[in-house]
Amino acid sequence: MNAQASISAAAPAVADPAPRLVLDGIAKSFPGVRALKSVGLKLYPGQVTALIGENGAGKSTLVKILTGIYQPDAGTISVGGEAVTLGSAHRAFELGITAIHQETVLFDELSVAENIFLGHAPRNRWGMLDWRQMRARAREVLGRMHAGHLDPDTRLKDLGIANKHLVAVARALSIDASVVIMDEPTAALSAKEIEELYELIELLKAQGKTILFISHKFDEIYRIADRYTVFRDGEMVGEGVLAGTPQSTIVRMMVGRAVDQIFPERTPRLGAPVLSVQGLSHPTEFEDIGFELHQGEILGFYGLVGAGRSEVMQALFGTTPTSGGTITLEGKRLTPRSAAEAIEAGIVYVPEERGRQGIVADMPIFKNVSLPSLKRTSRSGVLQLKNEFDLARTYTERLDLRAASLSQNAGNLSGGNQQKVVIAKWLATKPKVIILDEPTKGIDIGSKAAVHAFMAELVAEGLAVIMVSSEIPEVMGMSDRVVVMREGRMVKTFTREECSAESLVQTAAGIAA
Amino acid sequence: MTLVASAAPQTTSSQGRRLPDRLDKPFRSALLSWEMLLVLIVVAIFVVNSFASPYFLDPWSLSDLSFNFTEKGLIALAMALLIISGEIDLSVAAIMALGSTLMGMAAEAGIATPGLVAIGIGTGLACGAFNGVLVTKLGLPSIVVTIGTMSLFRGLAFIILGDQAYKNYPADFAFFGQGYVAWVFSFELVLFVVAALVFWFLLHRTNFGRRVFTIGNNPIAAQFSGVRVERIKFVLFCLTGLMAGIASVLITSRLGSTRPSIAQGYELEVITMAVLGGVSILGGSGSILGVVLAAVIMGLVTFGLGLLNVPGIVMSIVIGVLLISVIALPILWNRYGPRKAF
Repeated sequence: MNAQASISAAAPAVADPAPRLVLDGIAKSFPGVRALKSVGLKLYPGQVTALIGENGAGKSTLVKILTGIYQPDAGTISVGGEAVTLGSAHRAFELGITAIHQETVLFDELSVAENIFLGHAPRNRWGMLDWRQMRARAREVLGRMHAGHLDPDTRLKDLGIANKHLVAVARALSIDASVVIMDEPTAALSAKEIEELYELIELLKAQGKTILFISHKFDEIYRIADRYTVFRDGEMVGEGVLAGTPQSTIVRMMVGRAVDQIFPERTPRLGAPVLSVQGLSHPTEFEDIGFELHQGEILGFYGLVGAGRSEVMQALFGTTPTSGGTITLEGKRLTPRSAAEAIEAGIVYVPEERGRQGIVADMPIFKNVSLPSLKRTSRSGVLQLKNEFDLARTYTERLDLRAASLSQNAGNLSGGNQQKVVIAKWLATKPKVIILDEPTKGIDIGSKAAVHAFMAELVAEGLAVIMVSSEIPEVMGMSDRVVVMREGRMVKTFTREECSAESLVQTAAGIAA
Repeated sequence: MTLVASAAPQTTSSQGRRLPDRLDKPFRSALLSWEMLLVLIVVAIFVVNSFASPYFLDPWSLSDLSFNFTEKGLIALAMALLIISGEIDLSVAAIMALGSTLMGMAAEAGIATPGLVAIGIGTGLACGAFNGVLVTKLGLPSIVVTIGTMSLFRGLAFIILGDQAYKNYPADFAFFGQGYVAWVFSFELVLFVVAALVFWFLLHRTNFGRRVFTIGNNPIAAQFSGVRVERIKFVLFCLTGLMAGIASVLITSRLGSTRPSIAQGYELEVITMAVLGGVSILGGSGSILGVVLAAVIMGLVTFGLGLLNVPGIVMSIVIGVLLISVIALPILWNRYGPRKAF
């Protein structure tokens, strides 16, 4: 509709000038994960290229390579036809590459002018900061982008997020950046502020800047971008001119044709309802959440990052407060006010942030596993190490944990094995409901398969599982039903038969199917 | 790689892979521990001093020496747990002053010894609970809260006493700080040994102690694992206050008088004991054995300086240097020394 109009307006600009920035064969691995496998990317001056992909497709890794924070393992980068090495953030900055993040990295305690000119401030002949010139030039740059309402002397912390973005853009203009990367810049903006940002982007385009625009939202992409590049699982799977490319084509590229991972075969045998949630609400994060979970069921929760899924789960686990609604576990009302109460009742949570919330890194494996079960392993409050070792061994061996000994510190294990420690810890409490938040995020393929096989085993034994996941193949491969959340609300619940990759992505992004 | 290889023999069993409990050799890691270093220091000081003075090894002079660390050592035991959990209490010396002042007031009013002891201990417990509420219920950082209550508690003592002193304690009140249980073993020393055993058991052998270590290592993961973090921290503040209350009874009984400046600067010596004892100032690790050894070392050092007629201000410089070096040393030790698996 209105997206269509802007495309045709932008269309004449889409001739093919020489690309400003070219990436070729860029690869980057982290321990246990290959974040990028030989990707290419071309960015053109005076054009906005949208980078599209699921969570974990490798977009943020690419941004960090472009801004000199990560070094690629392989591949070449050239700017303006010249091969370059982005050895540091400073080098990227010198080459005119600048990024505006979801959470802008500016300095709250400094003034607008200082933020704009930090690192390249005008100096007088004594080598001191030339404040007068700094203010004047800040005013000039802000004026150029129709942001004259910002006073250069205002401290940044007194500005809203939208104005902080303006300062970030002004900073990019002040160094005469040729490449501007915008990483989900609209995530925290209101509709009006987003419009203002679009105007600014148009202005940058008109000045011949090269723009990389990263967003999950299709309406934005069609509104502002000229070209698209799609990433999936660390690979570039498609690129082209946006005008005339239907959304469905891009969605298909994002999710892939086939789910090529192997998931355990299982025939779900649903038992009695275990957990029933009604009208669960939070002052800001989620509203009116209601669902029922049965014995032997895996209920998937899909949505974009920030859709409120983790917050709902933490409310069930007693670590996030609620403003209304009821939770019923096996017919009994439950209002957990702490994790301890939820665990007592039989609800356990495998958190997304494994290092921070899941494991105690500097403590041995067996102490991590026994922690919530100390009441059972001890005798009238006195530790019984033998019981702890036995408990830890029983559950870690079921999960095929790879470690030197049970006294090895949990922090020294690989991500996948750390996750096995967290899961073992919870199984040892003999829970009724186990909530897994991004259970295979950042872990290697082998451990992934082990976690999946184990989930299948658990539900076969009658446990009820909730799985929050942003990985389409995992959601579709494991879940009996899938709840899709968007902006804190449940949008739709799919049965296994109904759900397709396209429908999930479209529902989560708010595109009418 | 070598670790995996040494675990290999057990994989041959028909049960499949079996994870061993532990691989490190307890004897070897004990030899390389921080506590071993402290033992060596204690031995070195003893050897040097016994050569320097023929009277040093006399049981009665050693007994006198113990009064240098028993009161502070008692508080250091509880302080160790508090620091391991990631908190700190700077108000302990002020709690002693307030406790002593209130006991003095009560003694003036004619209250007998059991009542005075209850007042001293009760004051400590109440002050500790007050710190605990401010930290856990209001979520304020303990270093700020207890700097505040340090001034508050001692300020109250000054308001009550002015520049006077209470001296009218009942005769039998003197036992706690001046009495002997048997031969050279003073009541203070016996109480310190018993308290050390109790705290050793609490920290190293109970669920409570395990949770204290867990909180210090990762408070969020601890909370997510069902540890009631706030409740345990509150208990630890109460325990520290309680020990400061007991110490206030001892010091008042030993000196037989109360001035508002009593126990001035003790908080730094208490914290130095805990940290010298190997308690990580960042939380998460430490041992009661280490704290006991550190208390003895501090006692020996101040006793030695006293024998040499070193003035109080130099003593304070020595404590300051000691505090900084013992905070730096364990951190360097952990960075460059052998890793402990436990």
